Amino acid sequence: MADDLNKLGDRLREVFADKVISLENRLDELTLVVASADMQAVFLRLRDDTGFHFEQLVDLCGVDYSTYGSELTEAGAYQVDEAAMNPFKLRFAAVYHLLSVEHNTRLRVRVFAEDDAAPTLSSVAELWPSANWFEREAFDLFGIVFLGHPDLRRILTDYGFVGNPFRKDFPVSGHVEMHYDAEQKRVVYAPVTVEPREVTPRAIREENYSRH
Amino acid sequence: MPEIKNYTMNFGPQHPAAHGVLRLVLELDGEVVERADPHIGLLHRATEKLAEHKTFLQSVPYMDRLDYVSMMCNEHAYVMAIEKLAGIEVPLRAQYIRVMFDEVTRILNHLLWLGASGIDLGAMTMFFYTFREREDLFDVYEAVTGARMHAAYYRPGGVYRDLPDSMPLYTASKIHNASAVKRMNENRHGSLLDFLEDFTNRFPACVDEYETLLTDNRIWKQRTVGIGVVSPERALALGFTGPMLRGSGVAWDLRKKQPYEVYDRMDFDIPVGVEGDCYDRYLVRIEELRQSNRIIKQCIDWLRKNPGSVITENHKFAPPKREAMKQNMEELIHHFKLFSEGFHVPAGEAYAAVEHPKGEFGIYLVADGANKPYRMKIRAPGFPHLASLNEMTRGHMLADVVAIIGTQDIVFGEIDR
Repeated sequence: MADDLNKLGDRLREVFADKVISLENRLDELTLVVASADMQAVFLRLRDDTGFHFEQLVDLCGVDYSTYGSELTEAGAYQVDEAAMNPFKLRFAAVYHLLSVEHNTRLRVRVFAEDDAAPTLSSVAELWPSANWFEREAFDLFGIVFLGHPDLRRILTDYGFVGNPFRKDFPVSGHVEMHYDAEQKRVVYAPVTVEPREVTPRAIREENYSRH
Repeated sequence: MPEIKNYTMNFGPQHPAAHGVLRLVLELDGEVVERADPHIGLLHRATEKLAEHKTFLQSVPYMDRLDYVSMMCNEHAYVMAIEKLAGIEVPLRAQYIRVMFDEVTRILNHLLWLGASGIDLGAMTMFFYTFREREDLFDVYEAVTGARMHAAYYRPGGVYRDLPDSMPLYTASKIHNASAVKRMNENRHGSLLDFLEDFTNRFPACVDEYETLLTDNRIWKQRTVGIGVVSPERALALGFTGPMLRGSGVAWDLRKKQPYEVYDRMDFDIPVGVEGDCYDRYLVRIEELRQSNRIIKQCIDWLRKNPGSVITENHKFAPPKREAMKQNMEELIHHFKLFSEGFHVPAGEAYAAVEHPKGEFGIYLVADGANKPYRMKIRAPGFPHLASLNEMTRGHMLADVVAIIGTQDIVFGEIDR
């Protein structure tokens, strides 16, 4: 297994050379990071090259790295640790999990979206039809726009929902709540009355804290 | 001849064949489906977001509520992701218990699927038959965890407790008199393993019984043969896993190909279909019932002979024993820290997948060294399956939509998360 991964890693470096931003082998999992400009070419090669043959896109998800490595301060705000942030200093990424049934290998590919204010990536729904709904989900929850997607609509949130709920600046309690109004005889929306609270504060300990 | 126009029909979200809360917008030409647009998210609870605000341990019970007919398999993927990141060793006995309960869960899931999909296609009796066996397995769940459905039994580092030595017994009531209770308690006087062994001996005959009702049934075959055909290449491209992929003839099973826990020591076969239609997927699942039964038997044999610890001794992740806590200051501190702050997982990312009854159920965990996950993504097998509904139903009749939703084994707890 580990041998296969090393071989795959070597081949990835050889084939994609300068397109590889980073390639990491940790916990028996390979993680490849490529730039969003190269993603279409890289994914096409990963799918069609007989040496890779990743015929299945197992999973695609958005990640918001804006508070990575941060603790909650007493005032309730996140204290962002710049050093722990991802080396690209970019906020949004899409993480693709590929599987080759033929070679029995897995590969994780991470692509960062260049613009934090309007994150855009290109769609891989043409390459793997399973990406269709996964991209709709990432668009819905994180607001990442996938260019070239055939039908980019919200998927999990309610009709008429405002905002991207999985972004780190979106509170768990949300912005609106709804109830039935007996006078107006319909369901009405109102600003939330719940106060966000954290029962167990988020805390980061020194390295190897849980080892001794 | 009046002109026939296409029309749009709303199927669900309260339709009994929608298996929960699926709203399906169907564009029909007469009775032929032109386009199916599933609207999902009616059961969206943002489990992944909630998990970011809970310690690692506090999220375990959320996992049961994802695919609420295969509870322990969901937990399994979650604890495996944590164990991978933190490098926790799981005792061998706990691994066997997990494998055994994964297979018990697989039988539970397939039985519900068989009953529900039978009802969808008009075979009402199936539901009564399969629920008879499900009842026994729920008793197994209850005996070991105290809960019939939402177990919260798997923990990072092992399982919560060892298998009990006795099964709870029925008592006489207005509904069951003493002699009825005596009969009901007949196989419950031994340990949980005795009860489960008795079940595994009875179960193959039960599967035969299901098969006599369906396998050669003319109506069942008319409703399923040649319906929703998916080619192997297409099944892979659409992201199919589990019985949906094997029904199309791809022999892909994580238990064999990327074995986790002690599946590599188990002797079992992987059934595959030929045609890739609803009938083949039915046959695959029926055979999986028999194979799961085989695996449970092997686990029972091993578990009888090998007593031992069922959770890691590393008290940074698993609570110490009560007695030890009362004698030892250090253990008391461990316990306190574990249940207040929770344990810390080293920074990094991991993806752990199990062969869930519905397909590949994966947890992608991003940790930044805190006591809570930074991001957790649940890879639900039903999600890509349902996404293909448009393609699978196109050109079929309206009644076949029900057969195809049935064959996909849809549960909204996991799809909407």
